[in-house]
Amino acid sequence: MSGKPGIGWWLLILPALILVLGFYVAPILQVLAISVSEPEPGLGNYERLLTSEGVQRVILTTLRICLITTACALLLGYAIAYAITLASPRARGWWMLAVLVPLWISVLVRAFAWVTLLRRQGLVNNTLMQSGLISEPLPLVWNEFGILVGMVHYMVPFAVLPMLSSMREIEPRLLAAARGLGASRGQVFRQVFLPLSMPGVIAAGVLVFIFSLGFYITPAILGGGKTLMVAEWISLQILDLIRWGLGTMMATMLIITILVTLIIFSRIVDLRRMFGAGN
Amino acid sequence: MSAAGHALSLRQLTKLYGDFVAVEDVSLDVAQGQFLTLLGPSGSGKTTILMAIAGFVAPTAGTVLLDGRDITPLPPEKRDFGMVFQGYALFPHMTVAENVAFPLRVRGMTRADRDVKVRAALDLVQLTGFADRQPRQLSGGQQQRVALARALVFDPALLLLDEPLSALDKKLRAELQEELKALHRRVGRTFVNVTHDQEEALSLSDSIAILNHGKLIQMGDPAALYENPRTRFVADFLGKSNFLEGVARGPDAKGMLLEAGGTGVHVRFAGPITIPAEGARSLLSLRPEKLMVLGENETAENIVHGSIRAWSYLGAGFSLVVATEHLGEIRAVLPAWNSAIAPAEGLPVRLGWAADAAVPVLEDVA
Repeated sequence: MSGKPGIGWWLLILPALILVLGFYVAPILQVLAISVSEPEPGLGNYERLLTSEGVQRVILTTLRICLITTACALLLGYAIAYAITLASPRARGWWMLAVLVPLWISVLVRAFAWVTLLRRQGLVNNTLMQSGLISEPLPLVWNEFGILVGMVHYMVPFAVLPMLSSMREIEPRLLAAARGLGASRGQVFRQVFLPLSMPGVIAAGVLVFIFSLGFYITPAILGGGKTLMVAEWISLQILDLIRWGLGTMMATMLIITILVTLIIFSRIVDLRRMFGAGN
Repeated sequence: MSAAGHALSLRQLTKLYGDFVAVEDVSLDVAQGQFLTLLGPSGSGKTTILMAIAGFVAPTAGTVLLDGRDITPLPPEKRDFGMVFQGYALFPHMTVAENVAFPLRVRGMTRADRDVKVRAALDLVQLTGFADRQPRQLSGGQQQRVALARALVFDPALLLLDEPLSALDKKLRAELQEELKALHRRVGRTFVNVTHDQEEALSLSDSIAILNHGKLIQMGDPAALYENPRTRFVADFLGKSNFLEGVARGPDAKGMLLEAGGTGVHVRFAGPITIPAEGARSLLSLRPEKLMVLGENETAENIVHGSIRAWSYLGAGFSLVVATEHLGEIRAVLPAWNSAIAPAEGLPVRLGWAADAAVPVLEDVA
């Protein structure tokens, strides 16, 4: 594609453009505008970011959970993607199935499954108690730990896929060349494979982090209402406390955070390549 | 880069993949500082042999010896061999200098020492000033030289080359052939090269090993192989050849004769390798450039009559296909600038050649 798109090009995308602007962008902007109009016009709601300890706690909790989730999902996902890359074509098919199947199961079902496993009389606590390793059930759910388990579980496939595609682009010949030039297996991994897979790691990190920021169902169920993340807090403000101004202020902050994250990373890596568009 | 090269030997090297025999009972020796080329068509086992020397392929049987020491069980990184891979395999996330420094870095050399060595290696391949480029900013020929510098920078015991010139266009390939040959002479190391390009093999090597179906067919210096091919395959793969079949007669006072396929036509030949016994079925190889088109009063030890069936102009010469009365189609290549005839289809010609132009070769065993 070279030169400026002509009138025909605009006509072709016009219906989609109107649909998106009219039914998606406009309502969102309208809702977000509430954050500067209620309960009274001005930046009062945004002032709470600096003054309200409750607001700050929610933001810090969310950031902490998202960063830990991203780190854990990247570590686990990297190991899985690495194993898939090295696997034989047959084994690779089974691995991919194992990675993708969880994606097809409802997030609600998965959250409740974790509750069943992690609650006081759940499988994990019962097994540990029976084997005599612990005498009291461990607090595994309805806290930050429970949220992390559920979120990492949900995010691992999203971490695996971008890293896998970037690992499969690495020429096996480069790894053989490195060994032929005297590098041990560890050196081949650290100095050749890892740096070459970094674009995938960054892509996966951004994807998982952004996805985690707005997570709602998993934290709501596994957090048990005690640990609040941004999305649940927003719904609480709007649905239960009818504080539209505060809720939409946080929603605006969430969108800004996501955009800023994307802008920063687009400086580092080519986003279009990262999400699969060709050159 | 002063230390002398090392000697390499293969002893009864065999590699099976399931039932498929990739390499069968290959033994050969490369002397210190020699340039050996493993030459063969695809599937001949030449790359498998190179990979076994490099340590990437574990032989099913047989040994690899370096200066008489058995190195068969060593992994590739312990062998200290430089290798230029097909397609060069430069690391795309490193600059030229970092690529060349890689073998030194993994050996734990200090930065200062590395810099000195890298500069010397880049000078050696005439890439001074390219140190900070990225590999993708270089032309194919330049990438190839970076790969060479990277393979030589750590003073390897041996340099292995896997079809190093196959990705380049013809003119560049010829240039780099000369450079590679000069480089070999400068560094004085033992080189082992793999190729399917017979011209490359002839021009580069001190010694050529010709392989087919995993077997070593013949090994020797290029001229010996070209002039005295042992089998039909060697004669056909290394250069072009006409083949004359018949029954051996003689010897008489002038040497041996071949009675071609029941026609009563006798071809005189001299063969230093294997002289067939009287009455044995024999095969002669006759190189096209050793044939002459005879003028009216000219004569030769062997003469056949025929007419031109097809011809083409090659710039430096003419290539003729001559349909002969008794010997079938014979190919001849003549220099164009002083050609005695103007080739035309159907033109009757007399082809002549000397007795020692035709050499007896063995039929290939399947």
